[in-house]
Amino acid sequence: MIKSYKLRRTLANTAIYILLAILGIIWIFPLIWLVLHSFRIDPNGGIPAAEYNHLFPSLDVLGFDNYVGLFTETKFLRWFGNTFFIAVCCCIISTISVLVVAYAFSRLRFKARKPLINVGMIMGMFPGFMTMIALYLILKMMGLDQTLVGLILCYSAGSGLGYLVMKGFLDTIPHALDEAATIDGANKFQVFYKIILPMAKPMIIYQVLTSFISPWCDFILVNIIMRENVDNYTVAKGLWSWAVDTEYRNDYYRYFLSGSVVVSIPITALFLYMQKYYVSGVTAGGVKG
Amino acid sequence: MKYVDYMQMNVFQRFWYKLKEFFRTLPAKTKAFFCAIGNAIKRVICGIGRGIADFFVGFVKGDIFTKISYVIMGFGNIARGQIIKGFIFFALEAAYIAFMVFFGGFYLSQFFILQVQPEIVVTDTGRGGVIETLKYSVKSEHVLLYGILAILATVAFLVLYVASTKSARKCEEAVKSGKKPAKFSQELKDLLDSKFHTTLLSVPVILIIVFVVLPLLFMILMAFTNYGDKNIDSFKWVGLDNFADIFFGSQGGASMGYTFGNIVLWTLIWAVAATFSNYILGMVVALMINKKGIKFKKLWRTLFVITIAVPQFVTLLLVSQMINASSTSPLNLIISMFTGEQSQFDVFTQNYDGWIARAAVIIINIWVGIPYTILMTTGILMNIPEDLYESARIDGAGPVKSFTKITLPYMLFVTTPHLITTFIGNVNNFNVIFLVTGGQPVTNDYAMGSGKTDLLITLLYKLSVDKTEYGLGAAIGILVFIVCATLSLITFNMTKSAKDEEAFS
Repeated sequence: MIKSYKLRRTLANTAIYILLAILGIIWIFPLIWLVLHSFRIDPNGGIPAAEYNHLFPSLDVLGFDNYVGLFTETKFLRWFGNTFFIAVCCCIISTISVLVVAYAFSRLRFKARKPLINVGMIMGMFPGFMTMIALYLILKMMGLDQTLVGLILCYSAGSGLGYLVMKGFLDTIPHALDEAATIDGANKFQVFYKIILPMAKPMIIYQVLTSFISPWCDFILVNIIMRENVDNYTVAKGLWSWAVDTEYRNDYYRYFLSGSVVVSIPITALFLYMQKYYVSGVTAGGVKG
Repeated sequence: MKYVDYMQMNVFQRFWYKLKEFFRTLPAKTKAFFCAIGNAIKRVICGIGRGIADFFVGFVKGDIFTKISYVIMGFGNIARGQIIKGFIFFALEAAYIAFMVFFGGFYLSQFFILQVQPEIVVTDTGRGGVIETLKYSVKSEHVLLYGILAILATVAFLVLYVASTKSARKCEEAVKSGKKPAKFSQELKDLLDSKFHTTLLSVPVILIIVFVVLPLLFMILMAFTNYGDKNIDSFKWVGLDNFADIFFGSQGGASMGYTFGNIVLWTLIWAVAATFSNYILGMVVALMINKKGIKFKKLWRTLFVITIAVPQFVTLLLVSQMINASSTSPLNLIISMFTGEQSQFDVFTQNYDGWIARAAVIIINIWVGIPYTILMTTGILMNIPEDLYESARIDGAGPVKSFTKITLPYMLFVTTPHLITTFIGNVNNFNVIFLVTGGQPVTNDYAMGSGKTDLLITLLYKLSVDKTEYGLGAAIGILVFIVCATLSLITFNMTKSAKDEEAFS
């Protein structure tokens, strides 16, 4: 038994440092592997990185070829633009609709309120894939299949159903504020615009963040809606097909690696910058007390 | 049981007690549930009855303008000065009739048959022979989709129709009592105040109806048709055949019921293991980072959190590359670094009944999930009063004991709702399974081309996207819904009882 409290604490802290370091290496290892291999030039054309028989590439095969090729020889830049456009539109439409629905359910009292809330919750429990094939048919009926507008509609039209987190937050804003404003002569629109909106700022930022990021990560819906229309792919779908399609895999795997790095940088920066809003959003929805 | 007894139990006993309580009170709750449904139905029927009565009374009592507006919507409004409103009603009626005559009516009439007849197109090959091909100008999927659309349009029209007759009556009464009917500008103003909910909700609700409700209805109905690979153009209603297939059918020598049962079981095991491993291990790591005297807290946290920020499909595809069976994959390179000989370890082996692959996906999910837990729990962990730990230390409790006796109960109390949503999310965790294993290892015991790590949700994807067995896929989707809805109902009930306890203290 070690008597000295100080010594014991130092030992415990050292153990924790070692453990954290090991865990940190495990967690960061795939990302480092990704970055290093994205710089690997293969003289024999592209052997997929997993078939390269060194854990890390040696220094003399490193270079910027994969990045140069990514922007000059592939459609990556176009996909990047598509995704950015989709993400911006989605983030505007979804944020407004979530805010509006949550406000109506949280603050206004009307006959259909309870039934609508219940129906919304039940619809949220159906798995999303079920509707995808029907979505394609509906877009086709509107003449919007394989277009960016169609994809934007699919991503953001149903977003009003994600009102739960925002409603939970709005419920915590004291009703006395609304009442005071009403007594001063504000109508309900003014209450919404001048009182609730400024107070809900952290949640709105959370909503903007999540709805901006999700189009960068989804490949399944794009896969079903865009079919063979390569020009309208998003980065996620493009990178995914480079990595798994046997048709592309051999030639494009290196671009998958470099493309992944290029996509990850802005998303990671945005995420780290907005981290505190993300935390407040997640905890507001899922924590009581 | 007395409250004191309850307070003396540990977390697991409490959980067990709640579970027992849940099943003990289940019959009473079920009864109450059905009573509530019965009452709701009664209320709805009464409401409809009253509405219909109002409707006819309005017709009988109304004057000639009102009577006409039961046929020509908006007539009464126009006659009494509400010109814009009246024209809107009238235009909507005209639009509905035009829609039904030129488009909806045909599909609605075919809706109950669903099967369509192909035309036979004869093409001359040019050498005297002819080729006959079947051409479908209208497909069954269109009939189904447009039929639903027509039904939805009809429901919307009926609502509008009743609203228009009510509005006509209201105008009449206003005129009779000597007032002027409300001006259009006044009604617009109301839309920003007493009817603000209509303004706010109308656009989102319309979008949701078109892009969520319509497809959902389509897919639910599809579960009762034989829409699939063999009859992609023309299919028909088959009742509950798809569900019977899932439970009793067989395919390629493998029983579908056996497959389905096993996949449900694995889905539940996966959801429990994935949820709790992430939760507890994530909390342990968060505690280590937040321990007093540990430096570079921000650096450690960022190290973990960075893996969330990179899009998931990238990291998961990478991980699946890293553990594949070839001797050049990073996993095998590392193994051979330690053993000194070439290794070809296959994670997705069928040996051990696929449990190696199953353990691997759970471990990979820990890699994916722990950063989320760290991010979420850090703030709450800091809120636990430090003196609790200090007094526990004075009483001789080690770190393990203070974790199970202080941290865990506190965290469970605060984050139960989060745990429930995570659990449901894990039941439907598509990305990890699909991108890492794709359901591998596939076995011959399982039907439908599914493998040992397939979850219900990936099975659904395989059936409806890869195999285009839409009918069967939709049936499984409905079953997934039932599983999720039951689980949330149970857990919701349990947390509700947890809330009641607070009223006690």
